[in-house]
Amino acid sequence: MSAQSSPHPHASIARRKIAEALFKVLGLCSLAIAVGTLALLFGALLFEGITRIDWQFLMSYPSRHAAQAGILSAWVGSTLIMLVTAVVGIPLGVAAAIYLEEYARRTWMTELIEVTVTNLAGVPSIIYGLLALGLFVYIMGLGESILVAGLTLALLTLPVVIVTTREAIRAIPVEIREAAYALGATKWQTLTHHVLPYSVAGILTGIILALSRAIGETAPLVTIGALTFIAFLPPAPVTTHPPYLSFDWLLSPFTVMPIQMFGWVSRPGEDFIGNAAAAGVLLVGMTLTMNGVAIYLRYRMRKQVSW
Amino acid sequence: MSKSIVAGQEVIRIKKPDARVEAASRRRARQRREQVIKGGLFFAALISVAATVTIIAVLLSESVGFFRTVPLTDFFTDTLWTPLFADPHYGILPLLAGTLVTSGVGLLVAIPLGTVAAIYLSEFSSSRLREVMKPTLELLGAVPTVVYGYFALVVVTPSLQLLWPDLPGFNMLGPGIVIGIMIMPFVISLSEDAMRAVPMVLREGSYAMGATRLQTAWRVVVPAATSGIVAAYVLGISRAVGETMVVAIAAGQNPNLTWNPLEPAATITAYIVQVALGDLPHGSIGYQSIFAAGLVLAVMTFAFNILGHIMRKRFREVY
Repeated sequence: MSAQSSPHPHASIARRKIAEALFKVLGLCSLAIAVGTLALLFGALLFEGITRIDWQFLMSYPSRHAAQAGILSAWVGSTLIMLVTAVVGIPLGVAAAIYLEEYARRTWMTELIEVTVTNLAGVPSIIYGLLALGLFVYIMGLGESILVAGLTLALLTLPVVIVTTREAIRAIPVEIREAAYALGATKWQTLTHHVLPYSVAGILTGIILALSRAIGETAPLVTIGALTFIAFLPPAPVTTHPPYLSFDWLLSPFTVMPIQMFGWVSRPGEDFIGNAAAAGVLLVGMTLTMNGVAIYLRYRMRKQVSW
Repeated sequence: MSKSIVAGQEVIRIKKPDARVEAASRRRARQRREQVIKGGLFFAALISVAATVTIIAVLLSESVGFFRTVPLTDFFTDTLWTPLFADPHYGILPLLAGTLVTSGVGLLVAIPLGTVAAIYLSEFSSSRLREVMKPTLELLGAVPTVVYGYFALVVVTPSLQLLWPDLPGFNMLGPGIVIGIMIMPFVISLSEDAMRAVPMVLREGSYAMGATRLQTAWRVVVPAATSGIVAAYVLGISRAVGETMVVAIAAGQNPNLTWNPLEPAATITAYIVQVALGDLPHGSIGYQSIFAAGLVLAVMTFAFNILGHIMRKRFREVY
């Protein structure tokens, strides 16, 4: 430290104190920029969009006239796709996590699985779109449908579910498992009676985070042919005549909230900006709520559990 | 199990099996069930391998068709990218330049601000502020990218136009800045983790020598956490390169070989979106071109991800 040789130690201490104070200000400013952005972003969205959100907006199909356009087909599409994503992605992700955490021995196969999970978490989402376009749409011939969109997002969110579930399972102390084994329980009994019930809050956190990511994804759904102008709803999953359940909706074309917003943003002219902002308000509101719930769950879990 | 069945006058007695045999067979059944469950779970875990392999296979197989028409030398040296024009050119350079410029602007925002914020959070802030900031940053990372795209087009670019009045409505600067703000939480959170992993004794040694917090942070903590911090940058780069919606909305759609962020230009991702929005027949050269572009993108992000994870492992192993 060069200050050692300074003839005026007080001056050098004062200098360091100033440097430190300056850095603190700098640090706070950087944080403020990061967080201030969120506030500014939401403020700008609210300012443009809040007046557009009403019953008509929620219950109308897209239209060439900005004032009559709505997001009915978009939110119905988002809901149905989330359903597919959840039904496919959650069991797969949780099962994979259980295998990696409880069963897998340290072999090259396990190593390979771990590397691919980490890698998949970093693959840009649009690459998943290309995968889905090549595999689901053309090779498997499933078309540009709700099913394909749901499967794509299930793959996309798989790493999130796997990583958070593993963390939740790992947090359960090994003594719990040993106690169950000592009483003659099998591995699966130990898992279903003890480990999984105790880690359910953590797993739930992961699921919510995964779904909140899926609900905002745009790029992969653009690649598999989501449309921005859909003026009908998919066939209803529940019908009035036997067998009362219909799966035709799985193969229906779709649009989702972020795609609808993208469509409105990229339209030339000012008319549709208000609609885009309104869709944005709903979208940000949904993802922030979901994330808030997940963060709260995790916080509660950390506070409550003391093994 | 024993029961008697009365059928007419005949009484059939089913013999009670030996208890030990029964227990053994139950155990076998249970073990079989355990094996089946283990197999099922294993297959679920294999999905990630299958997905990775399929991504590579799909990108490669469609690109092979593309490179049958387009020689590799053209792909890497031609300065025009116009696959859908009557006179098609297939030079990836303009798209690559667009991707590098927008990511570069993003990194110029995210790395300095992110590093300073991370040092502040790790070394200076009260634990209460840290407890509040971490989840807030997480929320920031959860906002859908299409919303950030709106932000770039409707808020950031018009604000920049106050500074540069002749800045076009589509440009690379605005989306670049927004990408920077987007990856900042990620950079902050990863590099803060790296700095917090530096053992307290190193800091205490430094304080004992009379160093201030700032000196300790810069000359002890940051050097000790370098590989973790660099890993955060590298993973941030990978995100910036793969970012799609912000540039597709706000950077323009025309491939444009320029290094000037004030100009509009398409990125690799924006090109894929643009083509996918149109209606290209399966198997056409335009259709194949998005897979070739995707392959370049995948190779870049794979490389950055692997590099980043190697560096992250290193910082964990030092202590």
